[in-house]
Amino acid sequence: MNQNLLLIIVLAPLLGSIISGLLGKQVGRMWSHRVAIAGVGLAFIISIWVFKLVVFDDQTYNGQVYQWMQVGSISFEIGFLIDSLTAIMILVVTFVSLMVHIYTIGYMHHDDGYTRFFSYISLFTFSMLMLVMSNNFMQLFFGWEAVGLISYLLIGFWYKKPMAIYANLKAFLVNRIGDFGFLLGIAAVLMYAGSLDYVQVFIQAPEIAKKTISIFSDVQWSVMSLTCILLFIGAMGKSAQVPLHVWLPDSMEGPTPISALIHAATMVTAGIFMVTRMSPLFEFSDTALSVILVVGATTAIFMGFMGLVQNDIKRVIAYSTLSQLGYMTVALGASAYAAGMFHLMTHAFFKALLFLAAGSVMISLNHEQDIRKMGGLRKYLPITYWTSLIGSLAIIGFPGMSGFFSKDLIIESEHISSITGHDFAYFAILISVFITALYSFRLFFLVFHGQEHFTLHNGKQLHEPSIAVRIPLILLAIPSAVGGMFIGSIVFGDFFDGVILVLPEHNVLAYFGEEYHGLVSFILHGLMTTPFLLALLGVSVAYIIYVKRPNIAVRLRQRFTWFHKVLVNKYGFDNFNDKVLAGGSRLIARVFWKIGDLTLIDGVIVNGSAKIVGLAARMVRHIQTGYLYHYAFAMILGVWLLLTLFVV
Amino acid sequence: MSDDLPLLSLAIWLPIISGIIVLFNGNNRLVKIVALLAALLTFIISLALYSRFDISIHAMQFVEFAPWIPDYDINYHLGIDGFSLPLIILTTLSTVIVVVAGWEVITRRVNEYMASFLIMEGLMIAVFTALDAILFYVFFEAMLIPLFLIIGIWGGANRVYATLKFFLYTFFGSVFLLLALLYLNHVVGDFSIISYQQATLTMKEQTWLFLAFLIAFAVKIPMWPVHTWLPDAHVEAPTGGSVILAAVTLKIGGYGLLRFALPIAPDASMALDWLVISLSLVAVVYISFVALAQSDLKKLIAYSSIVHMGFVTLGFFIIFRISSNYDIGSIEVLALEGAVIQMISHGCISAAMFLSIGVLYDRMHTREINDYGGVINTMPVFAGFAVFFAMANIGLPGTSGFVGEFMIIMAAFQANFWFAFLAATTLILGAAYTLWMIKRVMFGEVTNENVAKLTDINSREFIMLSSIAVIILVIGVWPAPIIDVLHVSVEHLLAQVSQSKL
Repeated sequence: MNQNLLLIIVLAPLLGSIISGLLGKQVGRMWSHRVAIAGVGLAFIISIWVFKLVVFDDQTYNGQVYQWMQVGSISFEIGFLIDSLTAIMILVVTFVSLMVHIYTIGYMHHDDGYTRFFSYISLFTFSMLMLVMSNNFMQLFFGWEAVGLISYLLIGFWYKKPMAIYANLKAFLVNRIGDFGFLLGIAAVLMYAGSLDYVQVFIQAPEIAKKTISIFSDVQWSVMSLTCILLFIGAMGKSAQVPLHVWLPDSMEGPTPISALIHAATMVTAGIFMVTRMSPLFEFSDTALSVILVVGATTAIFMGFMGLVQNDIKRVIAYSTLSQLGYMTVALGASAYAAGMFHLMTHAFFKALLFLAAGSVMISLNHEQDIRKMGGLRKYLPITYWTSLIGSLAIIGFPGMSGFFSKDLIIESEHISSITGHDFAYFAILISVFITALYSFRLFFLVFHGQEHFTLHNGKQLHEPSIAVRIPLILLAIPSAVGGMFIGSIVFGDFFDGVILVLPEHNVLAYFGEEYHGLVSFILHGLMTTPFLLALLGVSVAYIIYVKRPNIAVRLRQRFTWFHKVLVNKYGFDNFNDKVLAGGSRLIARVFWKIGDLTLIDGVIVNGSAKIVGLAARMVRHIQTGYLYHYAFAMILGVWLLLTLFVV
Repeated sequence: MSDDLPLLSLAIWLPIISGIIVLFNGNNRLVKIVALLAALLTFIISLALYSRFDISIHAMQFVEFAPWIPDYDINYHLGIDGFSLPLIILTTLSTVIVVVAGWEVITRRVNEYMASFLIMEGLMIAVFTALDAILFYVFFEAMLIPLFLIIGIWGGANRVYATLKFFLYTFFGSVFLLLALLYLNHVVGDFSIISYQQATLTMKEQTWLFLAFLIAFAVKIPMWPVHTWLPDAHVEAPTGGSVILAAVTLKIGGYGLLRFALPIAPDASMALDWLVISLSLVAVVYISFVALAQSDLKKLIAYSSIVHMGFVTLGFFIIFRISSNYDIGSIEVLALEGAVIQMISHGCISAAMFLSIGVLYDRMHTREINDYGGVINTMPVFAGFAVFFAMANIGLPGTSGFVGEFMIIMAAFQANFWFAFLAATTLILGAAYTLWMIKRVMFGEVTNENVAKLTDINSREFIMLSSIAVIILVIGVWPAPIIDVLHVSVEHLLAQVSQSKL
């Protein structure tokens, strides 16, 4: 594979970003978006070619672009590793990015920051590609932080909104807590493998797995467990797992296209990708896998519940994203990496679709986000309606839709996994199936069905937004519907052979591989399983409560006030973080400054010694009287003292 | 330039003599042009040094030697190695920027202002090149005078307190330095720093010498708990003064530890490494919290400087704790080179931060965070720079701030898990104090009419900020050119340090 080809994939979006960012004023809006879209489009086309080379021609690539620095025997490099995992990621990233770029023309049409927005999303694409194409841990961290930066810039895109600049700071800080663990994990890798190059590190994994480290005196920890858990803390930040999930719902303050691109389809899945990439390490630590399993399952179920009580269209989808990320994480914990990756892919399509559809609804209604002020939009927005329906069916795992294949596989994997905590995980994600169906169709029905609760100003006609908005919806709806049909080749075939390592005792997917007899039987089988019944139940309940008998919803809320309160308060996470963590830090800060620096060091030591010197000087000054007989007396006294001491 | 030009002397005396010429000239316009030319020329000389520097030998290069006070064997002895060279370039670059920064802002006593900075530049370069202990000491002390004047004359309202505090603090430190240098002369018989490094010393001698050096240089760096002069000095200093103070003066402390404490007293350094490591980690964690509490922009960045310099001292002293199991030496090199690059990077970033604060101060005449808010609305270009520098300050990959912190945290993990753990808290705390400040100053609606009247940066400010931004970016994307200069000197120092003198 030609390295220049790979360089074009990353550099084309970067160039687009630089031109639209630095020269936005000079080249104008039109050329800004043309350049940015051309860059990402080119990256997408080459990504298809690279995918073809990897998958059909069995080519891989692992090489250095340039040496960042060489210290002693350790080489820090910028380089690419292209295998099936990378190939599928760059395809997903560039495709969704391209859709979002096109959509932005319509969505951000009236915004003053038009060129700046294009610059940011192209820069994001560059960073995300660098992240997934990396062949070493350092560059991974580069991309990791760079996407975090752009997420920060984009959440705070409308920098006048107090909530937006609160949310972007929060997102950055919470992500940094994850990065804190991640960086320590990388340090552990360097310490025990002596290299940051993936291949070099993975070769040594079985050796590292035998080592122990003492962190608190005497207690020996498995190095591999420590390393993997530290790395996973990074994934928890980026992929918003409990308790580091708090930033994602607030990130909805950013413009909708980036909610689709960054906070649903690509960046938040970086953690999933990272763990999958590191499967040769994680496989050697059952402890780490258990942690992942439990964290993922907790996220899947508890975040899903919160989606039920939100009234902001974007926040409902955000909580749904959290819950779906929990699914992917759970899959990793059960060593069903391929299933996790497959869900990552299908989710990227249907979640980007749902967000962009939500954006379409919002533009039609003058940026209204409250679903209680919508309803009955089906007849006004047919394309948005049908694409949303496809997205919603996909997310609930309706047999045949893309989400069905990936989700069903994850649920079944939990069932037969042997990792500690798999029972809880199975139970949690099974319940989540019902919850997912309930909140997804609650949203769907409240927005598109029932009575019209919106009011239009100045006799404005309600209609579908511009073509730039509609095309991406349609193009994303296609893979959302049929993307699942590749399950045979991606998950059960030899697609990830040599890329993802699964130890034989963990290999749950192999079991399904033997059972797998083609798409049709898979779908037919799906029609008879519990998840399908639960999903149907969820949709039916949503239909009854929100379309047929809206008063049930009110009564339920009155009946379960306490539960509703817990959910509205987000289980107290935000309050705890604001009051205890942020407030506590500010308190410590003031105490350290006022007492430590000002009172003790400056007050007592510095100014104190100055005062003592001053005091001593004032006392000594009394001796300097200027009278000759005082000095003479002192001299006589001195001579006498010397004589008595030394002579006598 | 021919090969036998005394480049080091030129780099020292060209700015000093230009400074003296400028001092006696009343024509402000001429003064500024001469100052700029002198600064630029010195910068070019330093680049010539870089291009001719041989990165494969650890011996001192560009050596100049002439007797100065023959009766006492005190010589005008200059030379540089991989540690001095980057710091010299940092000095010459900062001076150019400071001259540009003061171009329109300084209207009072322009000649004296420019002269102070030019003389200061020469003296600082001299400190980084001196190979004679007395020569070093003279320049080390002389350097205080222009800085004292800069803060005392062009400083803020409370400048007298600040200058006194600054002067006494650093003077307190240098007394110990002088004692240590004289004692070493007594041991080896001459004043050459090279022979100091080769001196055979008992553990007791080493311990006292080490403590003397530590006190002297800890004040300069500054390390916790002798840091409280820095925030006061920065707050009162004019922008240019802050830039030089942060970018170069603090580095002299780090340079001193490398040049004196570690090679002269290696056994004591090893025995007392716990002390420096603890103080450094306190600086990283404790001072980060203190920075969070600041309401004055300059104080905040001053405290942030102390945090970043904490990484430098941490990198210097964890080398004794590293027990690498696969290849000997690489991680120690990583720690030391990380520390040096952290100094260079901090020089650029803190200079950029203080310049940015200067840009705001020139317009609003206040440093209180609460007086700002929504600056991005009226100064979008400037806000772009400010956010970029803030990101560099919190060590975002791709900026120079990442390189040193990354290397030191990687190395610290191999010394002790908890060292790395505490050092890495800067990822969170650094982001907290820096970005919270950015949020309050830059983002949001315009909060008051003064902010509403702000005008965006002019082309002079643009050139100034963008040139530093480019340097920060280049080092972050490709640090190899600086790292390569360091290799041989670092390995030589490690050889010296690992060789017990007992």
